[in-house]
Amino acid sequence: MTAKTPLREVKLVLPMAPDMELVASQAASALAIWVGMSADRVDEVRMAVVEACINAFEHSHARERKVDISFAVWGELAPERLEIRVHDNGVGFSPADVEEPKIEHKIRGDRKRGWGLKIIQGLMDEVRILSGSRGTTVVMSKSR
Amino acid sequence: MTESLKLTIDRRDGLAVIYTEGYINNQGGEEIARAAYSLLEEGYRALLLNLTGTRIINSIGISILIEIIEKMLEVEGKLAFCALTPTIEKTFHIMGLAQYASIFHDESTAVAGIVT
Repeated sequence: MTAKTPLREVKLVLPMAPDMELVASQAASALAIWVGMSADRVDEVRMAVVEACINAFEHSHARERKVDISFAVWGELAPERLEIRVHDNGVGFSPADVEEPKIEHKIRGDRKRGWGLKIIQGLMDEVRILSGSRGTTVVMSKSR
Repeated sequence: MTESLKLTIDRRDGLAVIYTEGYINNQGGEEIARAAYSLLEEGYRALLLNLTGTRIINSIGISILIEIIEKMLEVEGKLAFCALTPTIEKTFHIMGLAQYASIFHDESTAVAGIVT
């Protein structure tokens, strides 16, 4: 049986401004600790949230310079899983068209960046990207 | 809110160690790059980045570290990292940085590994 409502839910609206990703990472950290994750898993969640925010800040081309972030803790009787949604109102993109970054190309190439999604996917248990003309939402989750 | 990066540099015989403290974002990465390139100009060809004081880093900061790695390859120097948190080390492995820069658990192991 799956719980229908989260045990705890937190919503943030952050301006796309320098270091605002750290505000999101602090909220993520507090909730990941509440879920009962190990310190290393908490750090992984923090870093993934930072990357999702930076992607929104840098690549969304959103007119409304803000990101909506929701955190939901799921579980039957006790906290088991943290789900995080990072949403921007930008132009959207096709995840299938994003080339996977390779270090051997980056090391001698002009463009060193473009690692955000790969890092998020490597650090979180599940990642989904919902993107269209009304913006992009990165949905990521990690269990205890 | 800003966790600005502080750097400390220890110049040794044939090796310079850069200690970081704080968030490595774009500004932090640029500060490390300035320090690394300055050390290269001074003649150092072996650099160790000790991240013991850094718990969080972002991909923009890491991209600047990749630029430093590229520069070190150009001058046939050595760049190594030590004292990474497990998450930063995992991230470096996800990105493949370990193919181009050595990662050591602690500073003494790193110094021995770089000097030999």
